[in-house]
Amino acid sequence: MSELTLKNLSKKPDLICPGARLCSGCDETIIVRLVLKATRGPTIVTNATGCLEVATTSFPYTAWDLPWIHSAFENTAATASGIEAAIKAMKKRKEGPLSNFENIDVLAFAGDGGTYDIGFQALSGAIERGHDFTYILLDNEAYMNTGIQRSGATPFSASTTTSPAGKIFLGKTENKKPLDEIIIAHALPYFATINAAWPLDVIKKTRKGIDINGPTFLHAIVPCSRGWRFPPEKTIEISRLAVQTCIFPLYEVNNYKGKTTYELSSPSLSIAKRPETKKTVEEYLKQQGRFSHLFKPEINKEYLKQIQETVDLKWSILLDKCGI
Amino acid sequence: MSKLKKKSELEPGAIPFKSSKEYETGDWGITYPKIDYNKCTKCTLCHFFCPEGAINVREDGYTEVDYRYCKGCGICSHECPVKCIEMIVKK
Amino acid sequence: MYRDDSEKMNQKLLGLNGDEAAAYAIKQVNPEVVAAYPITPQTIIVERFSEYVANGLVDSEFVAVESEHSALSACVGASATGARAYTATAANGLALMWEILYIASGMRQPIIMSIANRALSGPLNIHNDHSDSMGARDSGWIQIYCENCQEVYDSHITAWRIAENINVQLPIMICFDGFTISHTMENVFTLNDEIVQNFIGKRVFPKITGHLGETDLRLNPTCPITMGAMDLQDYYFEHKVQQHEALLNSLEVIESVENEFSEITGREYGLIQSYMMEDADVALIGMGSVMGTTKYVVDQLRSNGIKVGLIKIRCYRPFPKEKLVKAISNCKVIGIIEKSLSFGSVGSPLYQDIKTVLYDYEKKPLIIGYVHGLGGRDTSPENLKQIFQDLLKIDNLTKKIGNQQYIGLRE
Ligand code: SF4
Ligand code: SF4
Repeated sequence: MSELTLKNLSKKPDLICPGARLCSGCDETIIVRLVLKATRGPTIVTNATGCLEVATTSFPYTAWDLPWIHSAFENTAATASGIEAAIKAMKKRKEGPLSNFENIDVLAFAGDGGTYDIGFQALSGAIERGHDFTYILLDNEAYMNTGIQRSGATPFSASTTTSPAGKIFLGKTENKKPLDEIIIAHALPYFATINAAWPLDVIKKTRKGIDINGPTFLHAIVPCSRGWRFPPEKTIEISRLAVQTCIFPLYEVNNYKGKTTYELSSPSLSIAKRPETKKTVEEYLKQQGRFSHLFKPEINKEYLKQIQETVDLKWSILLDKCGI
Repeated sequence: MSKLKKKSELEPGAIPFKSSKEYETGDWGITYPKIDYNKCTKCTLCHFFCPEGAINVREDGYTEVDYRYCKGCGICSHECPVKCIEMIVKK
Repeated sequence: MYRDDSEKMNQKLLGLNGDEAAAYAIKQVNPEVVAAYPITPQTIIVERFSEYVANGLVDSEFVAVESEHSALSACVGASATGARAYTATAANGLALMWEILYIASGMRQPIIMSIANRALSGPLNIHNDHSDSMGARDSGWIQIYCENCQEVYDSHITAWRIAENINVQLPIMICFDGFTISHTMENVFTLNDEIVQNFIGKRVFPKITGHLGETDLRLNPTCPITMGAMDLQDYYFEHKVQQHEALLNSLEVIESVENEFSEITGREYGLIQSYMMEDADVALIGMGSVMGTTKYVVDQLRSNGIKVGLIKIRCYRPFPKEKLVKAISNCKVIGIIEKSLSFGSVGSPLYQDIKTVLYDYEKKPLIIGYVHGLGGRDTSPENLKQIFQDLLKIDNLTKKIGNQQYIGLRE
């Protein structure tokens, strides 16, 4: 396999075809295209119920040019367990067409609802059992496929259809669940955050996840123009701002022989080195309709301060972990 | 609309038998991108950012929009580092 | 049962309880993937199988999942990848699997699952009745109900050939009564491993044409297919009727596979089993272990010259309508004994099925539905004898016809 450069990868044909029915400007397929550019050979994909699943497999059409299976919403990691176990057994017995491949990689795609909430148990179990698969969380911070309802991933004060900004409550009253910390606490061999604004970073981390034996986890922030309410051409811009404001820092966690090491990826590392380049949360929030109640009719200074402080605290804790 | 298959013509397992490539989304958008090849630096970023996979890289290194699938989201135009993609309103 | 001693001689007699019989058969089948979660009274299956894995007696991948929902989900993933996949559960575990039951059959995956039948909560009860698997009767799975440990063992071997038949391609639940069978040791004739392997052969796959060409119905990077697509108004209906027809197809397949099996073992089962029905005036119809007790009662009554018989429904889904109608054609009065209650309905599931079937026939016996044994309450030979005696006097009891009766209930 040739070196992972944008030039080489631009020639690699997509394994997800055009003709999918996701909204115009959807970040999910950007991430999926990048992730699939990172595959190293035969791959089987399993997908949770959600936007990506319904929009890419509307019978009799499919957008997937690799073996793909959707079973339910909450069982993606369990389905991946079964696929991986089957491959292992067939290879061990040297039986059937799949045993001819040296490697078959297993990828699992699921949204934040299917990961933070309903699929959490199955995911935790599959990581604990140590199956060799790469789980890609497509986090658009709400149940978008059912119409923008709040999930465990929805950030504080975001307005959704089940945490609407009203006269008493200004959007979601709780913080986003610290899923990354929970996943990392499973002491899995590899964890990383990814962001479509840095395509090569996505591809390289995915390849790492695939190469490493055992369960690996990639957390992608996936801005949703419908649910976050911004014009579709700004998908990548908003995605980039999530990193520039340190709301969604890019980092990797390796776990080797019981030792956990955190490492900032270059977009976040450069902010760590030059803190003055860190943007305020306001720059991110004000672009999105889901936070418009924090700016209209007047600026809610108290909330913005609270959000900024939370982000700053989490960022400093992460810097600590990275030894910076 | 093509004729739908009958029960007796369908195989077990509800396995899709058509590629989504046969489902062209090119008429979704109200705008379409136009690349100015005099300015394009062949960085290929637009190829990586297009959600539809509707921007291909040609032999000569330039990118090219496949209008059969482009939904006119404008990401390519917004992200092009040299601003050489213009979004044009469809007539 | 056996045509000659040589058939018995080829087989090894083992003392096994129902759970062990299932585990032993699955050891001999050696499926690629076993994914299961422990629940009373199925636990012995999981424990035995884990021992087989630990001692290298099988080379299956054993996935000790964190829930039943994941157990069946892992089986779906494994089976779709082309593996033979097995799981086992009971009661609340089966309830937790509910969503995936329909997905497994809808995706046409020939998964085999043991059910050590147990009462559903609440209130919590760990003992036997059929409330768990009865609720799953419309989930598109084949359901086989066993009477004893031998039948449990045999069914766990024949099931693979039935489920994987090209015209079927559906999952199977092999049901047997919790504790009464699962934990009761009996003599079980077992085949040797090689005979089992030869009998089940290799898994076969239907050929299908996906978007990238013709291939087997399985996930394979050589010719990728998409499984579990979104299927709306245009095609869902056709796919569901197709699935219903495949389930009906299995009636024929079950009989032919079991005939083949009886050639090796001398043991015959059939979709239903009739006993003393040729001239029976009164018969009891039911499922599972209670039918062994019923047989004992029939023998007793017959020795006094009373013309009674029984029909054991072995294959409940698909429903063996023709066989049943034929078997009861000379019978005047029928009692249907069931270990499940269909709340608010006109009767328990088997009662509903049988009455529905007979509506189209001119010769209709009188039918009374009995619910018994809920939550593991014992149904004694005396209880069954009493039912027979009541049914024999049916003319004087006509007022009671139509009402569901409860055996051993303190009113
Ligand atoms: S992003 Fe702009 S400069 Fe880069 S290849 Fe596309 S059109 Fe050319
Ligand atoms: S406008 Fe959007 S869909 Fe069209 S080519 Fe550009 S990025 Fe792709």
